[in-house]
Amino acid sequence: MYTTELQKSNQVRAIEDPEKLAAFEARVAADEFIEPKDWMPEAYRRTLTRQISQHAHSEIVGMLPEGNWISRAPSLRRKAILLAKVQDEAGHGLYLYSAAETLGTSREEMIEALHSGKAKYSTIFNYPTLTWADIGAIGWLVDGAAIMNQVPLQRTSYGPYARAMVRVCKEESFHQRQGYEIMMAMCAGTADQKRMAQDALNRWWWPSLMMFGPPDADSPNTAQSMRWRIKRETNDELRQKFVDITVPQAEALGLKVPDPALEWNEARGHYDFGEVDWEEFYAVVRGEGPVAKERMAARREAWEEGAWVRDAAAAYAEKQAAKKAA
Amino acid sequence: MASLPPIDLPEGATGKGEFDSPQAEVPHDVRFDYLLRLGDDSLILGQRLSEWCGHAPSVEVDLSLANMALDLIGQATHFLGAAGEAEGRGRDGDALAFHRDVLDFRNCLLVEQPNGDFARTMARQFLFSTWQKMLFDHLTGSCDPLIAAVAAKAVKEVAYHQELSAEWVIRLGGGTEESRRRLVDALDWTWRFVPELFEMDEIATAAAGCGLGPDVGLFREDYDRRIRSVLAEAGVDVPSDQRPILGGRRGHHSEHLGHLIAVMQFLPRTYPDAKW
Repeated sequence: MYTTELQKSNQVRAIEDPEKLAAFEARVAADEFIEPKDWMPEAYRRTLTRQISQHAHSEIVGMLPEGNWISRAPSLRRKAILLAKVQDEAGHGLYLYSAAETLGTSREEMIEALHSGKAKYSTIFNYPTLTWADIGAIGWLVDGAAIMNQVPLQRTSYGPYARAMVRVCKEESFHQRQGYEIMMAMCAGTADQKRMAQDALNRWWWPSLMMFGPPDADSPNTAQSMRWRIKRETNDELRQKFVDITVPQAEALGLKVPDPALEWNEARGHYDFGEVDWEEFYAVVRGEGPVAKERMAARREAWEEGAWVRDAAAAYAEKQAAKKAA
Repeated sequence: MASLPPIDLPEGATGKGEFDSPQAEVPHDVRFDYLLRLGDDSLILGQRLSEWCGHAPSVEVDLSLANMALDLIGQATHFLGAAGEAEGRGRDGDALAFHRDVLDFRNCLLVEQPNGDFARTMARQFLFSTWQKMLFDHLTGSCDPLIAAVAAKAVKEVAYHQELSAEWVIRLGGGTEESRRRLVDALDWTWRFVPELFEMDEIATAAAGCGLGPDVGLFREDYDRRIRSVLAEAGVDVPSDQRPILGGRRGHHSEHLGHLIAVMQFLPRTYPDAKW
């Protein structure tokens, strides 16, 4: 999973040494990778830390909606696939936290920021998973949108992030196929299954389009982020790409995309589509999504109830180290 | 099209039938029931462990619990698939997992116990995986080629489960005052389900008699020794013996299993005609 940059950065141009800044920008413009020990502008460090940690949080919070169906997966095969998938998300979270840590913020600090509501995660996970078809729809649409966002990030300017994305993308593309395969089985199935599949598409379509972030006109950081190669395509470009690829996939399933304005535009060579409900998007960003409170409560509870386990592990390690030293 | 490479048959094999069918002297229902025990143990514990997914004390722990759950679901898939074939009534692994009621489940009571806190989950895992590892070591020599093959693969997974859970037991015992107290409580809570693992009832005795599985009594001492040594390293006492709670192998379970399977079986039962 992925989250687009959700918070507005304030002063992008901090007071930096102009020579260093120019050299840095030249390296980035030449598509060189910036590595942890290299000099970088503070605003670059801040923006990246925020983006990578948001991405990591999204992976971890994203385990919850799908985890909701592991115990109810309808066959042994589906159960194993879903477990492995959610486990992959945990793995993504782990190496994204590690990538973000190379910028100088500890994992504990990042988790603290998530739990206090200061850090954001992808809006999509604030929607509930109601039926098994939602597991198909999430793989197909949500992971599909994530891939769209992440493939360009394999060439992002920050080395550790770019390298993490290479591995993440491989796994996400596998997840997307698994999700689509669930949808295929359901759409070829009974009337009840088809109903669940269509209902899932109806509920997940618009939130999936929101995953690309606000329209370009309202995305003031895009230009800066693109110059720094933190971002390589604009929100609207990616959103259009997603619609163009996904609509024929829905048609192949025999499902109807819930957008009356959706129409192929021969002249543009793209689909025209309706306006996303941006009021809803901003509400979800503010933490007012349908299950936002539940998601955060679950994360906080897991963290707080696990504190004694982490403390025990740390205390044990300390005692062992002291024994060794003695 | 190129022809397929020749298959190397073991000595004495005619290439037809003899190595594919279960041993003639293994009674049909014994094999079925024995496979159900193996499959249900793995399935129910896998289901329990997967409940942790997304809620564990750290991402690393989340990953390791999901890993074990995956191994166990994989084992269950093999064993229950084979059980369905052994039964010969057209039921596959999914039919057995999702369309049986409590009385027909053959898992031991230990694996169906709720996760509780992390200490209880790890105590359960440690007591079970230590046993399962010893069992699978023996099963690699089963007269049943399928059981031997699955055990040969699974024994490596289970060795890791045993190691991981033993390490946690030691860490919790030697960690903080709180973790030690929770571990002691967890062991005390779980201890009464251990004797069932070593019960030699009719099926277990018949299975041992025909070489399907071992007489579990053979590794009871090894088991006790291993448990004692890990608990000693954890700095906690072996719990005092409690009256054994039995019945899982005969379908008489704790109250918890009904709830577990109600959740697990919800979709296939609600939509019996659906393929997923």
